[in-house]
Amino acid sequence: MNHIIATEKLNLYYNDFHALKNISMQMRPNTVTALIGPSGCGKSTYLRLFNRMNDLIDGVKITGDVRVEGKDIYAKNTDVVELRRKVGMVFQKPNPFPKTIFENVAYGLRVNGINDNGFIKDKIEQSLVQAALWDEVKDKLNKSAFELSGGQQQRLCIARALAIEPSIILMDEPASALDPISTAKIEELIYELKENYTIVIVTHNMQQAGRVSDNTAFFYLGELIEYGETKEIFTNPKDKKTQNYITGRFG
Amino acid sequence: MEWPKNTERNKNLRQVIAFTSFKLLSYAVVMILFLILAQIIYKGISVISWEFLTAMPEDGMTKGGIFPAIVGTFYLVLGSMVFAFPIGVLSAIYINEYTKDSFYKRFIKLMTNSLAGIPSIVFGLFGMTLFVNTLGFGDSILAGSLTLGLLTLPVVIRTTEEALKSVDDSFRHGGYALGATKLQTIRRVVLPIAFPNIITGLILSIGRVSGETAPILFTVAAYFLPKLPTGIFDQVMALPYHLYVISTSGTNVAESQPIAYGTALVLIMIVLLVNIAANTLRRYLGKKVKMN
Amino acid sequence: MKYFLKKLTGKLIEGTLFLSSTVTTLTIILIVFFLFREGLSLFKHSPIEDGFVVAINSQNTVKKITSPQIMDIFDQEITNWEMVGGKNDSIILFRIDNITDYYTEEQMGDTLQHIPKLLSRLVDSIPGIVAFIPASYAGADFKGRILELDNISLRKFLTDKEWYPTAQPAAQMGVLALISGTLWVSLGAILLALPLGLATAIYMAEIANEKTRRVLKPLIELLAGIPSVVYGFFGLVIIVPLIQQVFDLPVGETGLAGSIILAIMALPTIITISEDALRTTPRAMKEASLALGANKWQTISRVTVPYAASGISAAAILGMGRAIGETMAVLMVTGNAAVMPHTLLEPVRTIPATIAAELGEATQGGLHFKALFALGCILFIITMMVNLTVEYISAKRKYSKR
Repeated sequence: MNHIIATEKLNLYYNDFHALKNISMQMRPNTVTALIGPSGCGKSTYLRLFNRMNDLIDGVKITGDVRVEGKDIYAKNTDVVELRRKVGMVFQKPNPFPKTIFENVAYGLRVNGINDNGFIKDKIEQSLVQAALWDEVKDKLNKSAFELSGGQQQRLCIARALAIEPSIILMDEPASALDPISTAKIEELIYELKENYTIVIVTHNMQQAGRVSDNTAFFYLGELIEYGETKEIFTNPKDKKTQNYITGRFG
Repeated sequence: MEWPKNTERNKNLRQVIAFTSFKLLSYAVVMILFLILAQIIYKGISVISWEFLTAMPEDGMTKGGIFPAIVGTFYLVLGSMVFAFPIGVLSAIYINEYTKDSFYKRFIKLMTNSLAGIPSIVFGLFGMTLFVNTLGFGDSILAGSLTLGLLTLPVVIRTTEEALKSVDDSFRHGGYALGATKLQTIRRVVLPIAFPNIITGLILSIGRVSGETAPILFTVAAYFLPKLPTGIFDQVMALPYHLYVISTSGTNVAESQPIAYGTALVLIMIVLLVNIAANTLRRYLGKKVKMN
Repeated sequence: MKYFLKKLTGKLIEGTLFLSSTVTTLTIILIVFFLFREGLSLFKHSPIEDGFVVAINSQNTVKKITSPQIMDIFDQEITNWEMVGGKNDSIILFRIDNITDYYTEEQMGDTLQHIPKLLSRLVDSIPGIVAFIPASYAGADFKGRILELDNISLRKFLTDKEWYPTAQPAAQMGVLALISGTLWVSLGAILLALPLGLATAIYMAEIANEKTRRVLKPLIELLAGIPSVVYGFFGLVIIVPLIQQVFDLPVGETGLAGSIILAIMALPTIITISEDALRTTPRAMKEASLALGANKWQTISRVTVPYAASGISAAAILGMGRAIGETMAVLMVTGNAAVMPHTLLEPVRTIPATIAAELGEATQGGLHFKALFALGCILFIITMMVNLTVEYISAKRKYSKR
């Protein structure tokens, strides 16, 4: 029962549209779970449940249970900010803030009330080292984040998420806007981060899912079709739809 | 990590304070508008009558009506639109449909934006030297209309361009796919779709032209002229200039104040009507196009 | 043949379209040409109106004299030639109207044909005289000396504070007071309008719900549609008396009244452009901020506003440009005193207001007329710089934000 993330009979509606249908699924700590499926299948929506990003959209209704570290995060007394400190997120396109590299990483600390500059400095170095970016940026921490390359920007966004010490990191197609070399670096990073974090990653790229994840969940039209060990899903899918998708027959 | 206590409360308190003050400031802006409208409507409404709108000014413009000013403004609006509307629309068609993202396009856009930024009094100076003196039109409806026309040209070009831009390229491709030439596609497909927005732009620029004063000061506006124009080379009175005159330098400023309120109200009514018409048209015609 | 005709029509239409597109450029070129031709000719001219001369006794040692000195002489501030570098001799003023003090109508002749001779004799006989007379009376056998004055210089035009464009004999053409008046009033307007406008823009773009926004937006547009004379009239009947009461002033027509009215007029520009700029902030960037535990206000103040900063500054600059060029409203409420402003609670006069108020009285082609066109040139240059700055900022935005 050591599940860090779990959903139970979860349904999500955008107004009248039934976007996620009756999804029950659990993830263990320190694993990488890949969510795959064709566009519009609900995998990104599912990912955004765990830090309540869907709250920002009008007309979203949720039924069922979402638990993070055993707590129902959609309960009335949930502290959303505390949840978001625990569950970090990396987005599809690199989206650094219009600030210096330093201030980008410091952002999460500052908005949560930390003002001790010595502490912030140490934390920033630590996060940038973890994100394998420190050596490339240590001499230009006061330059604008927009001066970095796309791949560097994305690792900066990962460092930014790591700085507030989450236990879970959600990644929404983190390498889809990057070149192959940057992608490889991100994948390597994901593998290393697994030691300390639980990672959920949405990806369009089958090979990527195969390379980085321990478990894979296949979504189709808002339903969870199949969920299991990545090896198992890729070599021996039980459902016809899964097979069609991973062999590239649609999507 | 140890997170500081009370951060949440501080954060949220600040948010409440910020959002509340922004809301209040926004309402303050709206209040300013209502204050202006209320003042002018309240004091002006009792002045407005059929006679006020259709009679000549009397007794040094302290009594009587504002008919010649209404007629003058009507002619000026008509004249400037006859000039600015075709040129503006044609120009926007050329910019949006015929030029690629070239140097020429950027240059024309820069010039159009620059022209839009030139103060109206400079247009007045220019109109006076070119139309009144050099071309010898004298202080006349023609000179005033041309000056006003040039002033609104950038507005017409911009709104038309926006309207054309909002027409999806698939419509154009559809036209070509049916074997239509570029011109036919523009005329039969693009322009009808863009039409409501183009007309909206036209209506809004009518509102703008009817209120402009500085450009007509030295090109057409007459201080006091209690007769109607008979041709395009006549001078006319105009509503905005009339308001300026009777509220600052009339024969008896205090006594003509009711007339001034009435004139201001007529100007406000024109602006209100124009805005309402534009918004209605945008909604009504917009729907119709979508249904097709 | 039919094909050829069709092609020809096509070409003709395209040509017409092209010609239409050149009209704006052509207009700007023509504006520059006419404005600067008239405006710059001011600097090829002495400050004495065409057709008049200032003459002195031929024995007088004063060689050159500046136009403020001439003015002081005729205002009797300077009463001795020593004060302008001549001999110790008191100055005797003579204007053409004074001729009856010296000669009888009989001496002037039936058709005044003797005046030139009389003037020549007069100037020759009084060593300390300075005479301001029509040039036609100082012909070839005139015995006095015509004083040469330096042309009006651009530097002096821009740095002198005295604006007496119709002063006789020498006009005082200093526009510094007008330029400062314009900048003071516009700056005041922006300082008032920017916080209010930005707050409204933030409220509309980030805080208000869609329904509120749909109500606010047309109201802001309406604010933009009200003619400037109506604003001026409103200022005149409401704001001017209010300022007079609140600050206990002799007159309420002040720079402050101008600033307040201009601020209201600049609001729609600032709100619309800032709102558009705020809306360009990518959704993902705001989400990233929220995902890090920031609340909505922290996201707005630390991410959205910095991201839109260049757009907001463009809005402020454009609003300022509009304020600088605004004519009628300012003319009606600022009191129009052509003096250097010290506070916003004094009457001031702006460049556009000066042009609007004085052009009607200036003789076509005269000095005053030219000076007003030179003011128009200054206005044109300022607003052009504003436009180009805004264009530059928005072009840079487009490139840097992909």
